[in-house]
Amino acid sequence: MAEVDLSDAEKIFIKHGVQDNCREDGRGCEDYRHIELETGLLSNTTGSARVRLANTDILAGVKAELGTPSPDKPNKGRLEFFVDCSANATPVFEGRGGEELAAEIGNILTRTYDCPSCFDLEALCIIPEEQCWILYVDVLLLECGGNLFDVASIAVKAALYNTKIPKVTVSRDEGLVELEISDDPYDVQRVEVQSAPCIVTVCKIGHSHVVDASLKEEACCLARLTMGVTERRTVTGVRKEGSGSLDPASLEDMMQTGKRVGELLNKSLMDSLLEEERQGSKKKPVGFLK
Amino acid sequence: LVNCQYSMATFSTSERKRRPRGDRKSQEMTMHLQQTFNAAILTSLHPRSQIDIFVEVLQSDGGNYCASVNAATLAVIDAGIPMKDYVCACSASYLGDSPIVDINYLEESSGSPEITVAVLPKSEQIVFLEMNGRLHEDNLSKVVDMAVKGCKDVYGVLDRTVREHVSQVGSSLET
Repeated sequence: MAEVDLSDAEKIFIKHGVQDNCREDGRGCEDYRHIELETGLLSNTTGSARVRLANTDILAGVKAELGTPSPDKPNKGRLEFFVDCSANATPVFEGRGGEELAAEIGNILTRTYDCPSCFDLEALCIIPEEQCWILYVDVLLLECGGNLFDVASIAVKAALYNTKIPKVTVSRDEGLVELEISDDPYDVQRVEVQSAPCIVTVCKIGHSHVVDASLKEEACCLARLTMGVTERRTVTGVRKEGSGSLDPASLEDMMQTGKRVGELLNKSLMDSLLEEERQGSKKKPVGFLK
Repeated sequence: LVNCQYSMATFSTSERKRRPRGDRKSQEMTMHLQQTFNAAILTSLHPRSQIDIFVEVLQSDGGNYCASVNAATLAVIDAGIPMKDYVCACSASYLGDSPIVDINYLEESSGSPEITVAVLPKSEQIVFLEMNGRLHEDNLSKVVDMAVKGCKDVYGVLDRTVREHVSQVGSSLET
């Protein structure tokens, strides 16, 4: 992640503020910064979304392609994640510099979406053992401003919501199977993302913890808990990162906070997505011009 | 020293691209961008410094090089780095029996010849010229002229935008 250098005095200032539930920019410990979201930006993709949270800017694109299902899950489609850190975010990401971070984010996304009850892969299957839809979800980091995991998961969920997979008709003709993909842009199958998880990162600073850490707060925290939470407060994956250690009591606290915040985040995300869809063609696309 | 990197998002082309950067085409594009901007940026005014230009293609429908050069020109101007002149790029081709300007992906892949030109508009000096395909020499000057005219049109748009932006920023500073 883009590192910011803080002096000891600044770190102590942030720690004391967090203990009193007042962060550097005036937020409470469980408040998110202002989030801007837009879907359907890229016409080349099956679904796309761009999320901007303060300085963090992430673009997610989904491309649906036909392929064969994996042999151990013959009647399920596949979801493949790929994360790319653009050099525009920080010059450190030039060439292969951002690969470690990209792999980390990709792995966490894969693991959180691996839960069968949160994302229905069977809807992506066309012919069991032979043909299925593979959704390639590509995440592009345009700018780093702290809290990359949360924003990436919001962008992925929004892009999946925006995805419109063309309907396929299967016809069997003397043992030969033919797939006909509909050309009609309105004859589409939507992806069910109501119970898809969102990642919530809870950072431990001093004796208390915060959600949605800015770059400076990330530099002060020693341990982070990254959890995938669905709107029904189900936790699909938890991972602890950082060199500090957590005792079980604070672990329990952080998980409760994460579940609470995750439920709210999911709910407001779905509300905004539905609102955006409702506005339909009346909405003026902002794109990248702002 | 001018350092460039050209990278394409995996979802930018209609066929999903596996590697954003590092493959041969991207490296060739990087070198071309570096050559173009080395000619235009006054590097002597920034000795012992490196100027990084990172281009990220979000969606591609032909004319990648041209769009990259035009965008990078605006970025360099926004950064306040002195250049000899704007660098504007445009592509042109010869299809049927008429020259066409600014070709898209379908036209690029149809096998017709393609000429990409980057010029410094005021002095009409060509900084970069590349041609793919087979073109009869009688048609060459027509197509190149078409591309240079396209560049001048692009220059008009870029210049107008830069002046608008500067006047906006200037007026908001005064208040």
